[in-house]
Amino acid sequence: MELTLSILIGFMIVGALFAIHAGDLLSAVITTGIVGYSLVIAFLLLKAPDLAIVQIVIETITLIIMVAVVLDSTREELKVKNDFKSYANILLSLIFSAVLLFFFLESISGLNLFGEHTLRMSEAYITEATEKTGSINLVTGVLFDFRGYDTLGEATILFAAALGVLTVLRIKSKK
Amino acid sequence: MIVYILCFILFLVGLYGIITRRNLIKIVISLSIMEFSVFLFLVLIGYIDSGVAPIVDPGNPTEKYVDPLPQAMVLTAIVIGLATTAMLLAIAIRLYRKYKTFDIREINNLRG
Repeated sequence: MELTLSILIGFMIVGALFAIHAGDLLSAVITTGIVGYSLVIAFLLLKAPDLAIVQIVIETITLIIMVAVVLDSTREELKVKNDFKSYANILLSLIFSAVLLFFFLESISGLNLFGEHTLRMSEAYITEATEKTGSINLVTGVLFDFRGYDTLGEATILFAAALGVLTVLRIKSKK
Repeated sequence: MIVYILCFILFLVGLYGIITRRNLIKIVISLSIMEFSVFLFLVLIGYIDSGVAPIVDPGNPTEKYVDPLPQAMVLTAIVIGLATTAMLLAIAIRLYRKYKTFDIREINNLRG
């Protein structure tokens, strides 16, 4: 299980690196799909079917929006020469990565090993959710009943984002 | 533990993209890669070996389910991720229409 997931995540890393370095914006956008759809497979392996369904829908919508944006503007990647500033940026990101990786290694040492998670507060959800909410799907029970206000907030954010996109796209330019 | 570290490396790849790229679309892509790695990390933490998906079969209930709580949280986060990505892309296309380029340094120079 751990090996399968490692290979899958390695594949995602390769896809992400290619997307970042692609010479053409359209292929960069399509390559992002590798990462997103691999995530769907990872969710299925991790026994999260609800997440897999949502992710596959969201990833498809995101890809369609991104392809629409790229086709509406330009698919040419910038032709830039590496100057001092870009090398400084690469160096900076490597330093950031090293520091963050160090703190990450420190902080995961307190976690349980992969696959040996102990349930603490979810125990109550698992034993009582079915009779309290009437839903046999525990994720739905948590999402729409115990944390219903969270979902309301999520819907509000989606609505605000839709309004924001419409507003931003409809402004007439001053020129 | 190796999956946690690989997942974090995916996050770092996204961070590298955000810092080094100059193209707005590439920055949006890097941001969504970082989002994906965080979702994956949260779900990885909730996984239990030989656990089943958190859907109760009323006929024969088992005791071992994977943790439903991170899954519910990530479900919310995925949808919000779509909202932020759409918003970012809308702003990027606005900037392209005004400045005819995706280069953030050039946009910075043309400010005003």
